[in-house]
Amino acid sequence: MSAALTVLATGPLTTVQDGGRPGKAALGIGRSGAADRRAFALANRLLGNDPGAAVLEVTMGGLSLRAEHHVTVATTGARCSGTAPHNAPYAVEVGERVDLGAPAAGFRTYVAVRGGIAVTAVLGSRSTDTLADLGPSVVCSGDVLPVGDLVSTMPGVDVAPVREPESGEVLLRVLAGPRLDWFDQDAWSDLTSHPFVVSSQSNRIGLQLEGFTSSRVRSDELPSEGLVRGAVQIPPSGVAVLFLADHPVTGGYPVVGYVHDDDVDLCAQLRPGQALRFRPVRS
Amino acid sequence: MRLLPSGSTAVLVEVDDLDAVLALYAALQATPPAGVVDIVPAARTVLLITDPAITSLNDVARAVRSRSLDDRQQPDRELIELPVTYDGADLDDVGRQLGCDTGEVVRRHTEQQWTVAFCGFAPGFGYLVSDDGGWDVSRRSSPRTKVPAGAVALAGEFTGVYPRESPGGWQIIGRTQVSVFDLCRDPPALFRPGTRVRFAEAGRQ
Repeated sequence: MSAALTVLATGPLTTVQDGGRPGKAALGIGRSGAADRRAFALANRLLGNDPGAAVLEVTMGGLSLRAEHHVTVATTGARCSGTAPHNAPYAVEVGERVDLGAPAAGFRTYVAVRGGIAVTAVLGSRSTDTLADLGPSVVCSGDVLPVGDLVSTMPGVDVAPVREPESGEVLLRVLAGPRLDWFDQDAWSDLTSHPFVVSSQSNRIGLQLEGFTSSRVRSDELPSEGLVRGAVQIPPSGVAVLFLADHPVTGGYPVVGYVHDDDVDLCAQLRPGQALRFRPVRS
Repeated sequence: MRLLPSGSTAVLVEVDDLDAVLALYAALQATPPAGVVDIVPAARTVLLITDPAITSLNDVARAVRSRSLDDRQQPDRELIELPVTYDGADLDDVGRQLGCDTGEVVRRHTEQQWTVAFCGFAPGFGYLVSDDGGWDVSRRSSPRTKVPAGAVALAGEFTGVYPRESPGGWQIIGRTQVSVFDLCRDPPALFRPGTRVRFAEAGRQ
């Protein structure tokens, strides 16, 4: 009989995520997947999982699980308070619990189990796309999550000494976007010369950032065009959106900048109220 | 074509018109440059999403520039026929905009052949252009908070079918029972770029 985990509590938002649905944007299907790809990948590596194995993405902690069988788990990303190890594989015996408190820094914690979370895949992925409403439902208390068997050898690593999410102002590399010329000549320096604060309206679709003051110099409509995560888009409201995993496949508002893809995982760990600053780089 | 910066993993190609989009998309689909993991056509652009472990943006840019837009041959695509009941709330408004009666709107919609130019907005939502053209319909000044699944609608030069209930600002002229996006079907999306579509008045053969 295969293993399972019973969900006792979920915190503000817990979803199942994996590598998402790449390659389907021409059908209007976004990639979705883990918002912090690096932390997701590390969690699976620590357990000798298939790199595509699904995990739980836990927002602001609060997840509580009971193991119905002996399992091996690992958490990565934001370190939650509690006694469980972090960035390390550990065994959980039958009937034992994994209880995550709130993180002191960072926003998203990845909880992986050796074998992967084996809920039903949709369009080749177990990711919950919160924009398109595709994939498994949001995880709820009382859910019984089946554990799969997508494994190879354990790596023999006790702990991964990776850099953990920070709580102060975070610096992000930004490149010029395709429609920077839709704004006045101060736009680039406006974007890169002062911090922005992440608003509480932020979610898996994107971070909302107040404080962009540059004006549009074009009044016509921009035909919708493809975009990827990291895009910094300016809608008519002037509140910039920094797109994350569940971004729309195309957008009709100008994108003035792009966070370097290697820094977008940092964006997934920013909390409402936290500040970020864009550092200009060339591609 | 103009190549625009689109982050560290993608290149945005802007062209003059929708025909050029379709030609470029067909050329790229036929022989995708190495390391391109997704190609996203839209009204005036094609976005190429790359894997930085396999290729550089410079190499992809070079490969794109070498593609010719002269060959506007489209690969053979399936033809889908959709039965539509033309009783949409905006049918009268559309007639007024186009300067004809609602019967004429229906006649044009059903007689012309349509092609999916690109998708976006939601899984399975295709933007269809007519082979004969002649459509330029304004969106509704205030979008509806709920457009039902299966609604057949118009905006600009395009027609589309809403795959599921959602907000929407297009002009609704009818409804179809056919589910254009169904996860239980293989493939789930009826519309992909290049799919050819004909609409028929439901109840008539």
